[in-house]
Amino acid sequence: MRGNCEAHELIAPGSLAGVLELLAGAPGEWTSIAGGTEIMVAHAAGRMREKKLVSLWGLDELRFIENSGDSIAIGAGTTFRDLRAHAGVAKGAPLLAKAATWIGSIANQSRATIGGNLVNGSPAADSSPALLVYEAEVELISVLGKRRIAYSEFHTGYKRNAMAANELMFAVHIPLRFAEHKQYLRKVGTRRAMAISKVALAGTALMEAGVVSEIRLAAASLAPFPARLYATEAALFGRTLSEAAIREARETLMEEAKPIDDIRSTADYRRQVAANLLGEFLHELLPVEARP
Amino acid sequence: MLCLNPYDDPLQRRAMSTSEKTRIVGTAVPRKEGVDKLLGRARYLDDIEREGMWFGATVRSSIPRGLIRSIGFDRRIDWTEFTIVTAADIPGKNHIHLINTDQPVMADGMVNHCEEAIVLLAHPDKHKLREAVDAVIVEYEPLRPVLSIEESERQDTIVWGADNILKSFLLEKGDVDAAWAQAVHIVEGEYRTGAQEHLYIENNGVIAEWNEESGITVWGSLQCPYYVHKSLLAVLDLPEEKVRVIQTETGGAFGGKEDYPSTLASHAALLAMKSGHVVKMTYDRMEDLAATTKRHPSRVRHRTALDGEGKLLAMDIEVCTDGGAYSTLSSTVLSRATLHSPGPYVCPNVRVASKAWATNSVPYGAFRGFGAPQAIFAVERHMDEIAAVIGMDPIELRRRNFLHDGDTTATEQVMREPVILDKLLERALSESDYYERRKRFARENPTSAVKRGLGIAAFFHGAGFTGSGERYLNSLAGIDVTPEGKVRVLVANTEFGQGTNTILSQIAAESIGIDYDDVEMAPVDTNVVPNSGPTVASRTSMVVGKLIERAGLQLVGVLRERAGLAETFTREDFFAACGRLRKEDGEVVSLCRYEAPQGIFWDDQKYRGEAYPAFAWSVQVAQVAVDTATYSPEVEEFWSVQEVGRVLHPVLAGGQIEGGIAQGIGYALYEKVVWKDGRMANNQMTNYIMPTAEDVPPIHVFFEEIPCRFGGCGAKGIGELPHDGPAPAILNAIRDAIGVGFNSIPLLPEDLFAQMMMQESKAEATAV
Amino acid sequence: MSERPAMISFTVNGEKRAVEAPGMKRLLDVLREDLHLTGTKEGCGEGECGSCSVRMNGELVNSCLVPVLQAEGAEIETVEGLGRAEGLHPIQKAFLECGGAQCGICTPGMLMATAQLLAVNPHPTIGEIREGLAGNLCRCTGFKRIFDSVAAAVCDMDGTAKTGGAHAG
Repeated sequence: MRGNCEAHELIAPGSLAGVLELLAGAPGEWTSIAGGTEIMVAHAAGRMREKKLVSLWGLDELRFIENSGDSIAIGAGTTFRDLRAHAGVAKGAPLLAKAATWIGSIANQSRATIGGNLVNGSPAADSSPALLVYEAEVELISVLGKRRIAYSEFHTGYKRNAMAANELMFAVHIPLRFAEHKQYLRKVGTRRAMAISKVALAGTALMEAGVVSEIRLAAASLAPFPARLYATEAALFGRTLSEAAIREARETLMEEAKPIDDIRSTADYRRQVAANLLGEFLHELLPVEARP
Repeated sequence: MLCLNPYDDPLQRRAMSTSEKTRIVGTAVPRKEGVDKLLGRARYLDDIEREGMWFGATVRSSIPRGLIRSIGFDRRIDWTEFTIVTAADIPGKNHIHLINTDQPVMADGMVNHCEEAIVLLAHPDKHKLREAVDAVIVEYEPLRPVLSIEESERQDTIVWGADNILKSFLLEKGDVDAAWAQAVHIVEGEYRTGAQEHLYIENNGVIAEWNEESGITVWGSLQCPYYVHKSLLAVLDLPEEKVRVIQTETGGAFGGKEDYPSTLASHAALLAMKSGHVVKMTYDRMEDLAATTKRHPSRVRHRTALDGEGKLLAMDIEVCTDGGAYSTLSSTVLSRATLHSPGPYVCPNVRVASKAWATNSVPYGAFRGFGAPQAIFAVERHMDEIAAVIGMDPIELRRRNFLHDGDTTATEQVMREPVILDKLLERALSESDYYERRKRFARENPTSAVKRGLGIAAFFHGAGFTGSGERYLNSLAGIDVTPEGKVRVLVANTEFGQGTNTILSQIAAESIGIDYDDVEMAPVDTNVVPNSGPTVASRTSMVVGKLIERAGLQLVGVLRERAGLAETFTREDFFAACGRLRKEDGEVVSLCRYEAPQGIFWDDQKYRGEAYPAFAWSVQVAQVAVDTATYSPEVEEFWSVQEVGRVLHPVLAGGQIEGGIAQGIGYALYEKVVWKDGRMANNQMTNYIMPTAEDVPPIHVFFEEIPCRFGGCGAKGIGELPHDGPAPAILNAIRDAIGVGFNSIPLLPEDLFAQMMMQESKAEATAV
Repeated sequence: MSERPAMISFTVNGEKRAVEAPGMKRLLDVLREDLHLTGTKEGCGEGECGSCSVRMNGELVNSCLVPVLQAEGAEIETVEGLGRAEGLHPIQKAFLECGGAQCGICTPGMLMATAQLLAVNPHPTIGEIREGLAGNLCRCTGFKRIFDSVAAAVCDMDGTAKTGGAHAG
């Protein structure tokens, strides 16, 4: 244990309003900690710079899943275990339910929150690709009120996001209009459990008479933050899906992707595997007779 | 309870290692220390707290090689609160006494690897200690490091001795050079293995206490208390009776706590002596990963001559290991690698030229298998490559060349004990339904994105120390009986999960004729137990077990001669006789010293003769699936058939095989040490990947039993054998699945991908 | 700056406890150092090995990742609370008989993960057992006899006979 627990202050105002007032009163001074599955690792490694922490754990105002018919609202303090257990999420946002099973282990899932996953902003974040292809929105809150932005606008750079210093993530909203879409999500990690993503691909698509009428693609670890693959989508949108179109889409993805070499994997591997995953998804979109 | 006495010959010590029927040996008695472990009551080193205890920490080198120009202490710390130790404080010799004495306890003016200990600090507050470690500023004059076998071989930078060679061997049988002329086939190959980390879940840790009267006492998570004892004598310049080493409950070891604890114990002892306080030194995971020993990386080259029927004519083998900065155990690892490199095959002409090369990596050390996994990876991969080149089924190739009774090995050792490789192979093929599965995969693979294959490995593992090693160890072990009516096993051998406590208690109870519950293990404390040798080399059940078996029989013999114990006796009779003997002698103790089996001859210079008194044998089969979308190989199922003498405890024995296989799977496909400028860059569990419960395949284990005369109650060594086969079996299976042979481990998906891309572009280039 | 320790209370194995500790002290360290409950182990400090697993409010958590302030008012179960006055819990008994513990250092965490699994899913499939224990690393056993132990515990706690081993499927 390399961190010094006496050198950090952790307080728990006990209410969302209390936390927001604290953040408003001293913008930038307080770092919020929910389940702690990221921050506590840094703490143990002696790498936690933040001296003042405010606990979001136990705030019921942040932990909810509400189905309003045309969307699901998920409180930022919702754990991945909560997500896995919710029938509405399984039905309306199955890719998110699937991603929830990838988080760490059972013990991590009971503490890691969706808000923490997004605000931590790792390019490998497990829940991000699914949220991007569902065109989710995030709702931010401060003493001044709430505002919503497209999740695709939330990350602005490597581990940088659009939140102001006095803001907290309040909720994630997922529109419930993908019931007819073909959906795909696959993660490639170092092993089957407790693996940080080397690359992951999510996709939602609608086909009409062999033509791609809607397509959304998003990846983890192909960019400094989880991102949509707009160029690859453009190469597919409105096209009749064929082997040639799939080949071109793969090539476009390999151009669009900007992976790096790091301790877990290589750029070349990530790029190629992402293209293979895309191929896998697109082949599922072909009518059965046309599949190889 | 009436105990049947198996001996009808009271004056003779009868061996128990024939097909004697046993009551306790061979049954699944409860693990001796199991209840405490399950209740969470077992006390591991870090669970121990002492009043007034201080903590110790280490300031380590951040470069792989260089001169120490200065050591500075930042003024923001009040250093008067700390005890500070450097090499200058060492009362005795600044070396760890292992095989050689080239490894210093602490760097003195120069560092030869990253993480080398330079300064030790002690303080009662763990947090202040942490800050202080960061406040010691070492300035270096860096020197050019050597960081690979190839760099060391070039010998343009000498980092050890005169030529960078820590050890070399030359083993020769017949005339290899003359054999090429007769060869119908000549096949070459180069095989590489990477470093592997033990990843025991309990990190290294010790507690040291010093006082003038009794000297130094060290408690620790360790495998070999007498190794630590011997090392401390030299470092602290103390007489034997003033050094005491006690093993605490140990949470995994696998060889990683064979030699390293001598260094850690020396550090804690120095701090305890200088500070006058009890000092606890434990490593957190990051430090343990970065600073302690790992498995030797290797490069093995084979050049093999065969006749027209696929029979081996000659094997010319070069074995190279990377030993790191100091010799530690490199010579014995190299020895075992040398002796295992020709595989379980008959070959009239063999040459093995082996070298352990010094580099400026963190020194490598013992790890389950100890050179055999490296050597067996090479030869068993090579056999499949040979089979592919000559167009023969790899199973048939092995059958044609297997050792049988009466054959000689590469060291001219005659196989006098049964060799049942054919039987093991048949069983492995049958249990795995090998041929049917391969037929199915041949049908399914062409249209599947996931390609499946099967691969095998056949191998032996020499039990116990090589050659005259056991004679040199001269182990002493035995049994005593306490006034409270407990029979105690007196050994310095340690339990670290493999079952030492249980099997030795079984053997003691069996050989005496009392109940398993009457036996307990004496504390592994150098003040209490004799030196029965280290807990390594798969020697505990075979060699130490034999000593306990003899000691039990000897005790019964003495009780009959001198304390009126009858031919058949109950356990009450037994303890009563012990009481009578205690009145005479003041104690009831029965010790036995190692006796080498007759007719064992070993030439250490020529590397010829009986390399090992006994061998364990195994054939393993791996089924692998390669996902062509992600280039990921996964083991789907695994079978292991082995002959290890008598199976002392079916649950423990099975557990040893399964655990060894899981580590072997990690060695092959998951566990990569990433080096950056001589330092382990992935020194966190999140980045050093071992298989989880979702990754290990179903493992099927089968024993064939041939009790061994030399072993305790007929047992041979078992602990290391299972780690020898998985890597080659798995890579052979991958070759079967996708038709590409990989010769280097760990084989990560990125490596598989890179090689396949290279082969594709080569194919394109030649097609153009 | 030095953080003033707070008074934090929670229940451990049914007993009310209170400690004075800085909010960012790890629950693991509070259990081991302040409460001297050393059954829960530290293997990595990163939430990877699971040897620090305890149950908190009916969920499995890695106690090395929980700041003790967040355990305020919680109900915590550790391995020390698993055994009963009259002997071993069926899960412990199963591990003893089936060889689920070798060196024993992962065992407390493994037992808590098993307790958690069987509390939410009394009849897990082998796949569910694997998933339930995937966060607990064991370096000794290769997991096989741990799976067997869990299956045996299920039988014992169920009182019904089961055919087939833990490896079907």
